[in-house]
Amino acid sequence: MTTAEAPIVVHDLTMAYGSFVIQRDLTFTVQSGDIFIIMGGSGCGKSTLLRHLIGLMPPAKGDVFIDGENFWTAPPEVQERLKRGFGVLFQSGGLWSSMTLAENIALPLQEYTSLPPDQIREVVSLKLALVGLAGFEAFYPSEISGGMQKRAGLARAMALDPDILFFDEPSAGLDPISSRRLDELIIELRDSLGATVVVVTHELASIFTIGNNSVFLDADTKTMIASGDPKVLRDECPDLKVREFLTRGELGRQVPAAGVPQTSARGAG
Amino acid sequence: MLVEEKEAVDGVKDTPRERGAIQVSRPAEGTLPVHLSGSWTLQSDRPTVAELQRQIDAAAPVQRLTFETSGLTAWDSGLVTFLRNVEELCRSRQIAIDRGTLPDGIRRLLDLAAAVPERQEARRGEARDPILARIGKWGIGVVEAAADMLRFIGEAFLAFLHLLHGRASFRGSDLALLLQECGAQALPIVTLISFLVGAILAFIGAVQLQQFGAQIYVANLVGLAMALEMGAMMTAIIMSGRTGAAFAAQLGTMQVNQEIDALTTLGISPMEFLVVPRMLALVLMVPLLTVYADLMGMLGGAAIGVTMLDISLKTYFNQLQEALTIKYCAQGLIKSAVYGVIVALAGCMRGMQSGRSAAAVGQAATSAVVTSIVGIIVASAILTVIYLRVW
Repeated sequence: MTTAEAPIVVHDLTMAYGSFVIQRDLTFTVQSGDIFIIMGGSGCGKSTLLRHLIGLMPPAKGDVFIDGENFWTAPPEVQERLKRGFGVLFQSGGLWSSMTLAENIALPLQEYTSLPPDQIREVVSLKLALVGLAGFEAFYPSEISGGMQKRAGLARAMALDPDILFFDEPSAGLDPISSRRLDELIIELRDSLGATVVVVTHELASIFTIGNNSVFLDADTKTMIASGDPKVLRDECPDLKVREFLTRGELGRQVPAAGVPQTSARGAG
Repeated sequence: MLVEEKEAVDGVKDTPRERGAIQVSRPAEGTLPVHLSGSWTLQSDRPTVAELQRQIDAAAPVQRLTFETSGLTAWDSGLVTFLRNVEELCRSRQIAIDRGTLPDGIRRLLDLAAAVPERQEARRGEARDPILARIGKWGIGVVEAAADMLRFIGEAFLAFLHLLHGRASFRGSDLALLLQECGAQALPIVTLISFLVGAILAFIGAVQLQQFGAQIYVANLVGLAMALEMGAMMTAIIMSGRTGAAFAAQLGTMQVNQEIDALTTLGISPMEFLVVPRMLALVLMVPLLTVYADLMGMLGGAAIGVTMLDISLKTYFNQLQEALTIKYCAQGLIKSAVYGVIVALAGCMRGMQSGRSAAAVGQAATSAVVTSIVGIIVASAILTVIYLRVW
């Protein structure tokens, strides 16, 4: 199979907190150069899936292959090496609050490269400029706005020129313009760095603008119910739930709007 | 928002409160018209469902309820909850409800409330486990907590081995800042407390020793007590409240902010980057602070000795010098190093174990202080016995 070459292959993954299963039987492949969307309703386990992919939470069952290596059975040195190829933008930015933006971005460089301080300073200023924060080197995360924190988090995620970039809800809490600019930045990064991008989001505008592949997680059946290009899924997915999600519920709008019958026992919503 | 034509805010005290009322007419062919009148707000007195139920019972058999709302002056959630209860009641008695005459807003709210059926598993059961199950769960919890503690101590130990090999990754500037926080900045409070503890010891001792005319032994009492135990213990307890709790809160907040996740995904061990410098700082600073606290305590004793017992400073310190040996001081210092480890471990462990909410961070700080104080007292007892038997 060609999947051995793919940057991320998830095989038969089951995620659980103790005995409480979040999602089961997840199998999908992220191809090199993809902008891969993990989508689904609130609470379906999107962010938990991301934690499995970036090495924060071991699977209850199944495997995650990164660059052909089985991440969770690999020895710690291999895990470390694989993690070094990740850049992660956390939901809240995840910046280290006791350090300035420059120190935040410099830390990965200091840890993993032997660059002299003045070169590190140059790289830091480049990364900050790329996300539109040139000149903010000496600011602490608490001194800048939420949107700027997100962008600074992105600058840190790019510090080591990673092969795979992970974004957890990148546009949450951003105004429409900033969120659109972030989308453009993501595409730009993919094209210029040749990185593979995995994005957790339920922002429809982003999904269609940037995504070329996706997986849809369903909270009720606790598994993935669709995968593929989101634009194709919107028009052709056989599952009504996926099409409703991708059209903001416009499909079923006419049916139950007026008199909701009181006693009809619908499935747990 | 819900209130339609609500009059100026009800004066709850002065005027008699507005009331809501129900009245039923006589049923015609099983239909019971219910007249709702007056003010049906949460603030007003209004009838309960039980009253309507009595009237329905009195008028039986009823197959249908209709509402007459022309006398209604104001309503809010008070009326909607009442009607929801009425619907509940009618469903159980298979009485039909005609909502047609209710105000439009109420009808829509009732529809909205009924649109998504109650999720059965969402309602948390209040069922209590039988006593044996509770004891069992408690036991499992204790074992798990002990295992977590051992795991944390093991990880901390491994991180220190890395440090000894010169491979631990933390920033020197972080360590310097922590040393300052745990050391120099703790001096004022350590000064105050140990001076007073020394004075209190001397004062209590003085009252007793004066009865035998042995006032001069106040110096021995204060010197030995401070050097052997009180200096180390007071310092450790101050540091657990001051620094241990701060560590737990810092690390807990970093959990909440995903800062620790960010370290982990970069392949930087949080144990090495965050826990090792904090432990180092406390293990280095607590013994130093203890030496200082010992001296301050002895000074406090001297203050009492000079002012109350007419002992000259010179005699006091000569007596001290005779009473104190290197052995006693060393025993106290070893204790203080152990306490430092305990305070640092407890603070860092509770912080790293903290959940991801504001309440969890508060619990982590509390639990750090409790854990370290218990640890300090237990360690003190064990070390004292060891000193008595072995040294």
